[in-house]
Amino acid sequence: MHCNNRSLIGLLFGLLLVGTAQAKLNVFACEPEWAALVTELAGEQAEVFAATHAGQDPHHVQARPSLIARLRSADLAVCTGAELETGWMPMLQRRARNPRVLPGQPGYFAATGAVTLLEKPAALDRAEGDVHGEGNPHVQLDPRRMLEIAEALSARLQQIDAVNSTLYLRRWQDFAARWQVALARWQGVVAALRGKRVVVHHQEWVYLLDWLGVQRVGSLEPKPGIPPNMAHLAQLKQQSADLILLSPLNDKKPSDWLQSQMGIPAIVLPHTVGAVPGSDDLFSFFETIVKRITALGHA
Amino acid sequence: MNKTLVNAAVVAALYIPMNASSAGSDDIAELKRMIEQMKQQHAQQLQALEYRVQRAEERAAAAEDTAQVTETKVAAVEQQVQAKPRSGDNSFNPAISLVLQGGFASYSQDPEDFHFAGMPLGGEAGLMDEGLALWETELTASANIDNLFFGQATLGLHTHDGEIELDVEEAFVDTLSLPAGLGLRFGRFYSSVGYLNEHHTHAWDFADAPLVYQAFLGGQYRDDGVRASWVAPLDSLYVELGAEALRGNAYPGGGNAGDFGAVRNLFAKVGGDIGQDSSWQVGVSHLNSDVSERSAGGHAHDHGGESPVFSGDSDLTVFDAVWKTSLGGNRALILQGEYLLRNEDGQVALSEGAGDASFIYDGEQEGWYLQGIFQFNRQWRAGLRYDRLSADNDLAMISNTTGEADDDIFEESGYQSSGDDPHRWTTMVDWSPSEFSRLRLQYARDDSREKTDDQLMLQYIMTLGAHGAHRY
Repeated sequence: MHCNNRSLIGLLFGLLLVGTAQAKLNVFACEPEWAALVTELAGEQAEVFAATHAGQDPHHVQARPSLIARLRSADLAVCTGAELETGWMPMLQRRARNPRVLPGQPGYFAATGAVTLLEKPAALDRAEGDVHGEGNPHVQLDPRRMLEIAEALSARLQQIDAVNSTLYLRRWQDFAARWQVALARWQGVVAALRGKRVVVHHQEWVYLLDWLGVQRVGSLEPKPGIPPNMAHLAQLKQQSADLILLSPLNDKKPSDWLQSQMGIPAIVLPHTVGAVPGSDDLFSFFETIVKRITALGHA
Repeated sequence: MNKTLVNAAVVAALYIPMNASSAGSDDIAELKRMIEQMKQQHAQQLQALEYRVQRAEERAAAAEDTAQVTETKVAAVEQQVQAKPRSGDNSFNPAISLVLQGGFASYSQDPEDFHFAGMPLGGEAGLMDEGLALWETELTASANIDNLFFGQATLGLHTHDGEIELDVEEAFVDTLSLPAGLGLRFGRFYSSVGYLNEHHTHAWDFADAPLVYQAFLGGQYRDDGVRASWVAPLDSLYVELGAEALRGNAYPGGGNAGDFGAVRNLFAKVGGDIGQDSSWQVGVSHLNSDVSERSAGGHAHDHGGESPVFSGDSDLTVFDAVWKTSLGGNRALILQGEYLLRNEDGQVALSEGAGDASFIYDGEQEGWYLQGIFQFNRQWRAGLRYDRLSADNDLAMISNTTGEADDDIFEESGYQSSGDDPHRWTTMVDWSPSEFSRLRLQYARDDSREKTDDQLMLQYIMTLGAHGAHRY
């Protein structure tokens, strides 16, 4: 019975599938940084689609029809995980009819699963804002963690596309070598920032600050995801800080106000690949962060 | 390497005796010295070689170690990834959310008298209770059951005529791993007819249903049954085709047909993106019901006698379209509209105190709504909606023993259409301090009945627990 059904279904839809069979690996990346990482690790071997662009907040994405279509034929979905995409990815996974990319399958890769997370809340209470139970998900902002994620992602690519595993292995070795050189250089440049105090807009910078050894003394949002208000800003003004950090997506008014009140620079940093001009791949993304934060930090 | 050493030793051993036989004592001493030298050299070479072998072996072992470490690292990472809770829910417990809906409603006309001429209300159609009231309390639990199935159940608590009703709103199972883009859903679920029908009321953009949903779907249509659908393997264009067979227990199906497949629905949805920031979806569906003794009049109707019952065919065709665009900086615009066309054909029977009557009913009804929602920022939205309905029913008396005139019977049955098309304007503003709470103020000017009804509503929607992913 089971077999009969299978062959029947095979007969019915086999023809439709023939047209779409591809040698290339179809990758669905939830955010631009993972699309960029897949491009580094798979090159021409992967056809990469980024579900969100740098101008979108990955917390608030619609499970829109085109995403269902894209996930339907994906061999691998690369996402942040840790509940960042909880408002849309589970819906897509249920509706795309693609068992390969379901949670727990090799075709679903969560970057946060490859690294240790910071800010894992001791108690979960929504009065604390939009908190993530597994920890802060914005891991793309630490170049050291990026390397760990790259290693795990390459292992995953080698697993699901075993035929091309030597290609992925070679690209990983090449990427790791280049990344370590770049990382050493960046670390040299940002060493001067160690011990500085910053105010952030949203709590997405924690991994960057962890890498820089910079202390966060406050955030413009009173609680994660809750817009800044005057009372909270007035309180922040009392703090002593060296910098204000925000992403191009954030409303500039609160940081402009605080900047004028505290007399410290507010720096717009790319929160993901492509968020500001000249940050279109992983290397130039971190290059831009390092350049902007050190150039203005000493001003 | 060892082989070369052995060869060297053999050559040396042969060489020495050959020369020794044909030499004097000085030569012998000389030879001895040379032999000593050679021995030393060989020993040194041997040592060097041995050292190199050792180094090479060490390096090989180290490489193996590194490989092992990498392997265990990869394995650990894989384990970590595998061990991640599904979609961030509480380990293996289902995602549970409780949605509290309620509010305040005020009407300038009697809400108990709400009706459309020629389109008697069925199912849950009707206005919210006047005054401050709980509207709906929904408890939803959902989880992947295993790698093959996903399950979801929603229990609803409603206040109806001052009494609390517990209702299994939906309880269904979805397949997750059928091949070739196929999927099955079975259990009780909201039918995939139209656009809004599959969305829970707490995800609607207005506090109440469009007039077409009130008139043709009993507010919102759900039933017990099976759905099979297929998602096409296209790159960026979403195409889903599906069919449903339903029990026909709920309006617009008939009373208690109990006859599986009494309601059948065919649907197609197509959607995609325009540029980076706009997306769209259009759909067409056709719901066909074999109706057996469907009592109409809904819960807002009571004419003293028994409700008229309809038996026959009901066909509903729905065209729907939605377009969403992001305007940057959390500003967005959503346009949405549906057009519904209904054809009903059959007999209506009713009893009055004195006797019974039955007549032929052939109804052609249609309606539509169009709405726009503008999102100013993450917390504030405003919306405008226009609704319109019209009915053109032919009625012909078969038998009438009630003693009343035929026209009075038609009038009382609610099946007699009038020349006035029900229509309504609605505006709303809502504020969502977070993703989990929403407060909405809504005003509607409703011309469904003879006199205009001014409807004012203040609604709250609060979500406790799991985040819950929303449909497009």
